[in-house]
Amino acid sequence: MARSRQLAPGVGRFSRSQAASRRGLYKGLKKSDKPAPAETPAFKEVTVGGDKNSGTRLVPTSKAPRFYPAEDVRQPKKSRKSPKPAKLRPTIVPGTVLILLAGRFRGKRVVFLKQLDSGLLLVTGPYKINGVPLRRVNQAYVIATSTKVDLGEFKVDTKINDAYFAKPATKSSSAEAEFFEEGKPKAKEAFPEAKSADQKEVDKAVITAVQKQENLAKYLKATFGLSKGQFPHQMVF
Amino acid sequence: MGSTRLYAKGRVLGHKRAKRNTRPNTSLIQIEGVATKEDAQFYLGKRVAYVYKAKREVQGSKVRVIWGRVTRPHGNSGVVKSKFRSNLPPRAFGEGVRVMLYPSTV
Repeated sequence: MARSRQLAPGVGRFSRSQAASRRGLYKGLKKSDKPAPAETPAFKEVTVGGDKNSGTRLVPTSKAPRFYPAEDVRQPKKSRKSPKPAKLRPTIVPGTVLILLAGRFRGKRVVFLKQLDSGLLLVTGPYKINGVPLRRVNQAYVIATSTKVDLGEFKVDTKINDAYFAKPATKSSSAEAEFFEEGKPKAKEAFPEAKSADQKEVDKAVITAVQKQENLAKYLKATFGLSKGQFPHQMVF
Repeated sequence: MGSTRLYAKGRVLGHKRAKRNTRPNTSLIQIEGVATKEDAQFYLGKRVAYVYKAKREVQGSKVRVIWGRVTRPHGNSGVVKSKFRSNLPPRAFGEGVRVMLYPSTV
């Protein structure tokens, strides 16, 4: 909608009639018909047990609330905003080499694969080169370099999505069991075979593309760090 | 072993202040290598960490951090204002501070 810019409090760029004309109000305001709400009966039939009770009873579909506040409480307005996945920076394109700025692998240079539905970026070391596995990373914690790996038509398997990275639901141990376990290191679960197979499959395509460029494997192996005389605001990444 | 520094170095110049009144909720930070307010624009929004050591161990470490963010430039010469989760103690004046490179927009 053409909003009239504010020049001063109470003074817009366009007068009331000019703003109305820009909005096309001469065409008339659109009225949207909301679909009729589904008819739910006020009472429903419920079977009741026991000999002396009649077989069925009419029960209200929605019960009246048990408590009412002493004074009418003001309800906050419902927000019309919905969260959307973060917009991908134009410098980040599949195959871009990214520098991770935080987390376990900070300073590592990794290859960007794709943006997942949650907005997080899917990256891989590749694992053989610098030990970074298939991992999700937030765009804000990443610097995009101008170095690119030509992945060609390679598309990551769609089964690698946000649900793939969900933590398995851990069985909550009772306090007693924990008390007895205290001191003993927790048994570490072996890395699932399926995940290493997925890693190898993705890395195969990435590594062949990396080998094509001279020194790129060494570049990915090296870690990034600022040294004396280097200032980020003067650097071109 | 090469450098592993992933932050820009800065110094705490003091609290935001007038001649006789100070506003301790905002601190002034001088970032190394930044001499104009145009250069300082790069660092706006970046997280800042004031790292210090203490005698008592907390959560298994004697190192403590006060986190904050660079909020706006201060003047024309590259000094920057920043706000921390809790105000910086005056003993931090003249001490180093780490200006991280995230949230990154590059």
